[in-house]
Amino acid sequence: MSGGPDNAGIPGTIIFDAKRARQGYALNAFCMSLMQPENRTAFKAGENAYLARFAMTPEQRGAVLRRDWNGMLALGGNIYYLAKIAATDGKSFQQIAAEMSGMTQEHYAQMMLAGGRAPGESVEKPRG
Amino acid sequence: MAEIVGGAAMSHVPAIGASIDNGKTQDAYWQPVFRGFAFSRQWLAALKPDVAIVVYNDHASAFSLDIIPTFAIGCAESFAPADEGWGARAVPVIEGHPDLAGHLARELVLDSFDMTIVNKMDVDHGLTVPLNLMCGSPGAWPFKVVPLCVNVVHFPPPTGQRCFDLGKAIRKAIASYGSSERIVVFGTGGMSHQLQGPRAGLINSDFDKRFLDRIANDPESLARIPHLDYIRDAGSEAVELVMWLVMRGALAECTKELHRFYHVPVSNTALGHIILEDAR
Repeated sequence: MSGGPDNAGIPGTIIFDAKRARQGYALNAFCMSLMQPENRTAFKAGENAYLARFAMTPEQRGAVLRRDWNGMLALGGNIYYLAKIAATDGKSFQQIAAEMSGMTQEHYAQMMLAGGRAPGESVEKPRG
Repeated sequence: MAEIVGGAAMSHVPAIGASIDNGKTQDAYWQPVFRGFAFSRQWLAALKPDVAIVVYNDHASAFSLDIIPTFAIGCAESFAPADEGWGARAVPVIEGHPDLAGHLARELVLDSFDMTIVNKMDVDHGLTVPLNLMCGSPGAWPFKVVPLCVNVVHFPPPTGQRCFDLGKAIRKAIASYGSSERIVVFGTGGMSHQLQGPRAGLINSDFDKRFLDRIANDPESLARIPHLDYIRDAGSEAVELVMWLVMRGALAECTKELHRFYHVPVSNTALGHIILEDAR
């Protein structure tokens, strides 16, 4: 992807490449830590204190605290890592997919039942 | 001499695992999904393979951003289900096949496929959901498993052509394995889906149907699809379809299609499934 835009001109889509992996290393490492039940408990008991264990930027911490999924993606989060925050919150993948696409749960679920988002549909430009 | 007796491809949507674990398989939403695999469960039960090589991608479970192997082969005695953030799935531990996996690792590396050898690894929904779809929920899995992980999370994944060629190399390596074991190959993941960002929920059924139409006897054309075409046309996570080409490469030049199933939606994903055998 060197030299080109990092979403390759594909709307609403971030290509998770080496640059993103460096940018999001600590954020994604935090997400990985949630695979251990004791860490999930510690995170839930005090999110700020738990996040301080990781060398994340203030912007990344803020995005986690707000559960701003698109913000986390823009700051180097990878969706499979972020899914562990959702799992810790007891949310399904479909719930956060609805949030990322700015739709209500119900509207998103109906769209999927009707065959999903059409390939040509225009979407807002991703941040970052 | 060991032999490959069949191949199957299937999506590995985590929500399928959750529906099983939460006793929802008879719900109206889920019934058609499992019905689409009724033939497949019978086919596999009749085939009675000794081993399944399961080609799947780890979803930030065994591998973090610390180490990202492009191709990894599981050589352990057994593999435990991973805790992906909600506790490990209550499915049986997966029995490995260290001797066959070791043989494959050696032959593949000597054939210029630089495999990463993994002696300890938990396996996530990418591997356990396909086992459920093909076997139901038995007390123990009816065959040994060689997990073969392909990186599709960190761009770029290996090319479709490289995956197809890896499958061919697996076929060659199996032919030189000194046992009479019968082996199936599963290629998992796909079909069209996007899990990230404002375009989440994208489905491209035309793309998927073309892919299903061509996998049996025109895999070369699929092997030429560039990554960005998958991502643009069928969603960022559709690039998982390169793993179907590993399975296809492990079969003969000509194959016959035994079964096909396509269903939208499964959570955020178009579920695709196909069973192929060598044409004889």
